Amino acid sequence: MTSTPATPPPTIGSGHEGNLGDQFRAYFRNLRSGEMGALPALAGFVILVILFSVLSSSFFSPLNFANLLTQAATLMMLAMALVFVILLGEIDLSAGVTSGVTASIVVVLIHNAGVNWIVALVIALVVGAAIGTFIGFFVAKVGIPSFVVTLGLFLGFQGLQLIIIGSGGAYRVETPELVAIMNSNLPIWLGWALFVLAMVIATAIAFFDRNRRTRAGVPNRPLSLLALRLGAIAAAGALFIALMSLDRAASRGSLNGVPIAHDAIEGVPIVVPIAVGILWIGTFILDRTRYGRHLYAVGGNPEAARRAGIKIGAVRIIAFITCSSLAMVSGVFDASRIGVVTAASGGQIVLSGVAAAVVGGVSLFGGRGRLIHAAIGALVIAVIANGLGLLGLPAGANFLVTGGVLILAATIDAVSRKRAGGSLLRT
Amino acid sequence: MDVPVIELTDVRKSFGPVDVLKGVNLQAFAGKVTALVGDNGAGKSTLVKGLAGVQPFDAGEIKFNNEVVSLTTPREAAAHGIEVVYQDLALCENLDIVQNMFLGREEVTAGTLNEGIMEREASETLQSLSVRTVSSVRQKVSSLSGGQRQTVAIARSVLKNAKVVILDEPTAALGVAQTEQVLSLVRRLADSGVAVILISHNLVDVFKVADFVSVLYLGHMVASLDVKDTNNDDVVGYITGSKTYEGKNA
Ligand SMILES: Nc1ncnc2c1ncn2[C@@H]1O[C@H](COP(=O)(O)OP(=O)(O)OP(=O)(O)O)[C@@H](O)[C@H]1O
Ligand SMILES: [Mg+2]
Repeated sequence: MTSTPATPPPTIGSGHEGNLGDQFRAYFRNLRSGEMGALPALAGFVILVILFSVLSSSFFSPLNFANLLTQAATLMMLAMALVFVILLGEIDLSAGVTSGVTASIVVVLIHNAGVNWIVALVIALVVGAAIGTFIGFFVAKVGIPSFVVTLGLFLGFQGLQLIIIGSGGAYRVETPELVAIMNSNLPIWLGWALFVLAMVIATAIAFFDRNRRTRAGVPNRPLSLLALRLGAIAAAGALFIALMSLDRAASRGSLNGVPIAHDAIEGVPIVVPIAVGILWIGTFILDRTRYGRHLYAVGGNPEAARRAGIKIGAVRIIAFITCSSLAMVSGVFDASRIGVVTAASGGQIVLSGVAAAVVGGVSLFGGRGRLIHAAIGALVIAVIANGLGLLGLPAGANFLVTGGVLILAATIDAVSRKRAGGSLLRT
Repeated sequence: MDVPVIELTDVRKSFGPVDVLKGVNLQAFAGKVTALVGDNGAGKSTLVKGLAGVQPFDAGEIKFNNEVVSLTTPREAAAHGIEVVYQDLALCENLDIVQNMFLGREEVTAGTLNEGIMEREASETLQSLSVRTVSSVRQKVSSLSGGQRQTVAIARSVLKNAKVVILDEPTAALGVAQTEQVLSLVRRLADSGVAVILISHNLVDVFKVADFVSVLYLGHMVASLDVKDTNNDDVVGYITGSKTYEGKNA
């Protein structure tokens, strides 16, 4: 550009300028404009935890927290899987049965064919990816709505699973490594070591970013904000690991003042680092790679993405592959926790997965939401089931409350957006 | 007159049995605004989509700086420096200004998006266009007004050294003040050396910023004129088909 404006235009900010106070003010302004993200779900989770702690004496204990996590892990993984397609404004109704079919393949391969468990997992993952490719092809290339394609698979795969398992059949999960995912814990030292490693990596990435911004000549947010953010994550993580390092079996009681002899249950459940790792890698891809950016763009306005030269068909197919592959992980989690795989495994979970994503703040219209939202939403739904179970309420109450929370979450989202829209018109 | 940056000769396009472009010629020159006018359904947007590679022409010759080129994909068009601001804008409302400006051509270093460089180039481009209505390049497009969105779309088009910028009715949905801003932006764009093709139904706007005006009537280019040699009534006549053109092409 060679034009010379008469007066120099004002510099245009980027939101990275200013001190800690400015940053907080900007954050609250953003909240008021309706961008609340996972905040309502997080608040709901905290309220539910407080409520159940008051109502039930056994809720607030390391043993129950570990239980809660393993109960939530399957749903969390499925909800995160669904985020990739929900961000496109698509849906995968077959994610649940895909998790069931792939879990069935794992156990049948191990049982009937004597396949090594790692090989069985890899084969199941490939099958999951193939299912995703199939869905993606029909959605992106043939042009059938994903609702229809995956509804077809939802029906068809229940039959496929019946064929794989055999009617009325059930396979026990006996491979120690698979059982361990949900039922064993990391040695205490390893939990701490992984935590320190994660914090080091997070800090390194943060400074890499700051450096790169400095080299580009744009301002960075104040260092104090970064310190605060990393500090908060470190504190929460350390508290969690310290809690998980307590002997959870000790709460089983004592006889005449002498603790009953028992094997200690302590350490972070093995599923936690797996789930956190997948959450982290997925978030990295969505936030920091070209593919992630294109996924949000296609979800926001597919025509704009196409005109910008993005291969929207490929973006869609890859999203469905990711979803089905992560659904396989969810299926393995479920098999590990329940200990058996039946012809009905995974049949019911998919709508809970969608609910978890929505409760967490992911928009079904596409383009808006993050993996962590789905994870928090899954925690909310799991804590409802867990808490009501401890209170001895009938299972019906669980469904009623979960449904109510879903509608409440959607209402908060809609109202905050409408209010924000109103204030936009005023300015 | 010097060599046109872009020159279309006998371009044709049909949708099934419907012939929309029936042999159209068009030229655009560096540093000049060429207005493209015509009634609804004359084929203006179809012409633009062909130039953008989104909806390739069926036949005809496209010359870019006097060399014959093919424009069959958005990428080919972008490689020649042809950028389009569409009638319906085509921005992603869920993304911010920087993300929209760099959509499909993100800066990547070490395998990850280099937000710093994109942020700097975006604000430099907005400043070079003397944009005053945007306070932060990290605002979501959903929070912008119509004029601001138009500004972002235009800034996106000039981000990567555009040679030809095509604007499809950039002021159609804007109020008086914002129309004024966008028109002066269009003029600055041309003054910086870009060949601008401006589609508009508003002849007042056309006479305000354009250097040449080409009139499309039912798929035929019925007139190509220098704005200095014509007037509002003549152009209206060509647009409605009540007047026929006898002179040679401008
Ligand atoms: N994809 C398509 N399939 C069939 N017909 C089409 C298609 N695109 C455009 N047309 C037809 O081509 C003709 C020209 O359309 P075009 O959008 O180019 O007009 P325009 O000059 O841009 O009109 P406007 O001023 O209303 O924007 C119209 O009759 C339209 O119906
Ligand atoms: Mg048009």
